[in-house]
Amino acid sequence: MTDVHFQRMKDLPSTHLLGAGTAMCAGCGGLEMIKEVYDVLGENTVFVNAAGCMTLLSVYPFTPFRGSWLYTAMASSPAGAQGVRDALDILKANGRMTEEEDLEVVVLSGDGSASGMGLSATSGAIDRGLDFIYLCYDNEGYGNTGQQTSPESPHGARTATDAVGPGNIGYKKDLFSIWVANKPAYAATVVGAEPLDLARKIEKAHELEGPRLILSLAPCPTGWGYDPAHTVEIGRLAVKTGVWPLKEYVDGKVVHTRHPGKRTPVEAYLETQDRFRHLFEPVRNDKVIAEIQARVDAYWAEVDVDDGTKA
Amino acid sequence: MTRALITGNAAAAWGGRLARMDYVPAFPITPQTEIIETIAKWTERGDIATRMVMYESEHSMITGAGAAAATGVRVFTATSSQGLLYGMEMLYTVAGWRAPFVLVNVSRGLASPITLEPDHNDIMAARDSGFLQIHCATCQEVVDSVLMAYRLGEDHRVRLPVIVNLDGFYLSFTREAVDLPSADAAAEFLPAFDPQGTEFRAGKPVSQAVAVLGGGTYSYFRYEQHLAAQAALPVYDEVAAEFNDRFGRLHPAIESYRAEDAEMVFVMMGSFATKAKDAVDRLREAGIAAGLLRPRLFRPFPRDAFRSALVGKKGVAVIDQNLSMGMGGVLHSELASALYGAPDAPRALTSFVGGLGGRDIAPAEFYEMAHATLRAAETGETPPPRLMYTHSELREMRKLQAAAHVERHEQDIA
Ligand SMILES: Cc1ncc(C[n+]2csc(CCOP(=O)(O)OP(=O)(O)O)c2C)c(N)n1
Ligand code: SF4
Ligand SMILES: [Mg+2]
Repeated sequence: MTDVHFQRMKDLPSTHLLGAGTAMCAGCGGLEMIKEVYDVLGENTVFVNAAGCMTLLSVYPFTPFRGSWLYTAMASSPAGAQGVRDALDILKANGRMTEEEDLEVVVLSGDGSASGMGLSATSGAIDRGLDFIYLCYDNEGYGNTGQQTSPESPHGARTATDAVGPGNIGYKKDLFSIWVANKPAYAATVVGAEPLDLARKIEKAHELEGPRLILSLAPCPTGWGYDPAHTVEIGRLAVKTGVWPLKEYVDGKVVHTRHPGKRTPVEAYLETQDRFRHLFEPVRNDKVIAEIQARVDAYWAEVDVDDGTKA
Repeated sequence: MTRALITGNAAAAWGGRLARMDYVPAFPITPQTEIIETIAKWTERGDIATRMVMYESEHSMITGAGAAAATGVRVFTATSSQGLLYGMEMLYTVAGWRAPFVLVNVSRGLASPITLEPDHNDIMAARDSGFLQIHCATCQEVVDSVLMAYRLGEDHRVRLPVIVNLDGFYLSFTREAVDLPSADAAAEFLPAFDPQGTEFRAGKPVSQAVAVLGGGTYSYFRYEQHLAAQAALPVYDEVAAEFNDRFGRLHPAIESYRAEDAEMVFVMMGSFATKAKDAVDRLREAGIAAGLLRPRLFRPFPRDAFRSALVGKKGVAVIDQNLSMGMGGVLHSELASALYGAPDAPRALTSFVGGLGGRDIAPAEFYEMAHATLRAAETGETPPPRLMYTHSELREMRKLQAAAHVERHEQDIA
């Protein structure tokens, strides 16, 4: 693997490719991430989108992308990527297109698609060794439809379908491990609040071929209930508390790219968001807070502090 | 040209081969499997330069088909029945991309109850999807229709995907002698795929299939698609005429069999119409001027052609191999709406549902339909839609029910 170009913050691209003025909410963590990713991937890309918040990025006749876009449906964006990739390969193979005209094919979907309805199509794409990047913004719910509980909603979070009572009784699905179990070319978690770590991973992914997952936590002021000004802070807290581990799978190993060392207690993260407010008010729910903490602790207990590998 | 004894499924594969399909996304389902197995064998042996990819579902397969067509290659795919319905969301979706390709559907009845045998409820469910539809009755028609479908769908006035339909078992597995056009002749008829600007390339950014806000914008694009489908009517006639010039076979939008001077006309689609032809001959021998109209083109619906072909007829019997629950046969409804208000329209338009799940339609049933229709024309009283079922079928059914009853109450006996 070649050395990454992004060593320090000042190495990050200073020209920004993604256009402004989209329909996303103020402070959208998903959009923040896409902006950063796009600066690294560049315009020779075709985004194959699944139904979700980001579908409203390209609304006739506007688009913030300098490159291409294809909206598909909620369940089948990886299949759309397959069709585009195969067609590009066919065109190149029989001289109807030059190598320079080739594109990086990027699925853009939310967590609901990625971990639920679209998982069959993802599975097929991995089986076929499809050469594509799967870019998932994880806002931990069906955001576009009003933040109902999705397979990625965290335990205890209130959503539009778990609006009263204990919140979501299920646990967040481990999409990263589902991918890793099937030995993709690359898989990484990122968050927009950590742009250097993100840029390095996108650069790596871009240089590789095969199925590649970029799974981004996407703080969502609208769905999670917080002031849009706090998106970066909440993203950083997710990393510092160990709730959102930053890691990558490459050359057959999972390595953590950031070890939080002495982790901030999870409640510092939970407290910032209305969806967890019921754990603190009117009475503190120590049991659930402790359970969430224990699960995070158990995760990190298996991570080697020195080399970041996971047992 | 070569003459070959091949099945309807092989004919479908040959259609794609002669069309020089670049890409075949696939997923198996009975009775379509022979199509994709045939193509797989050709690609593995290197007989054709086609790339075939197995998807994990029809929903994905149709997405991939549309996406590849939208990237600029010629796509062929095939499915049947449950598969067509599993992909239904994407049928509607990719039709709106205006990136033409051909999908062969091998018609088969739908669950429930689950069956492998043919009828047209699967393909009728795709009626409003935006795909054009061509229905075949012979293996020869299958090869020819696939070639014609590409010309039709790729025409700059149309730019829509096309379904070519053939009946499972009766056509898919029946061998018939078929004239296969030479590769050169096929290439002269169907030029290389021209994406007409619908493609993805670095340096030529394009957003396809984007969202719209507001009914005005939405309606504009939907109307455009409808107008393109309607424009396919005259284009179809051009394509059929040119096909006839080159290959000596005319496949009109509506096949007419002894209908010109008929006083009573059957209307039905697909391979079962060959049974109706036989019935027409026998009815004529018995002194009844019967005829048959078989729409090959179902979308766009050849309304005006039907109106002029049926003007002045006494009675028309529509035989549907589909059933819209709570309404009746779909083709009957379509024809009724096409004929309504037409000057000198047929006096009686009767509706018969038959051939569901591969159920045969016997000659005697055709005679009965003819008589009932002529009676309706004379009395001016049209009977309600009739579900064809014979006494012997009912007797067989009663035997099965008796067996089921015994099995269910076995413990009572023991
Ligand atoms: C087949 C289908 N079912 C339901 C929907 C409605 N729908 C649109 S977006 C969406 C939520 C998608 O959730 P996710 O993938 O997490 O993306 P997000 O909305 O959070 O951006 C749903 C349920 C749909 N578009 N298609
Ligand atoms: S709901 Fe959340 S993810 Fe969706 S646009 Fe708004 S902030 Fe972004
Ligand atoms: Mg989501």
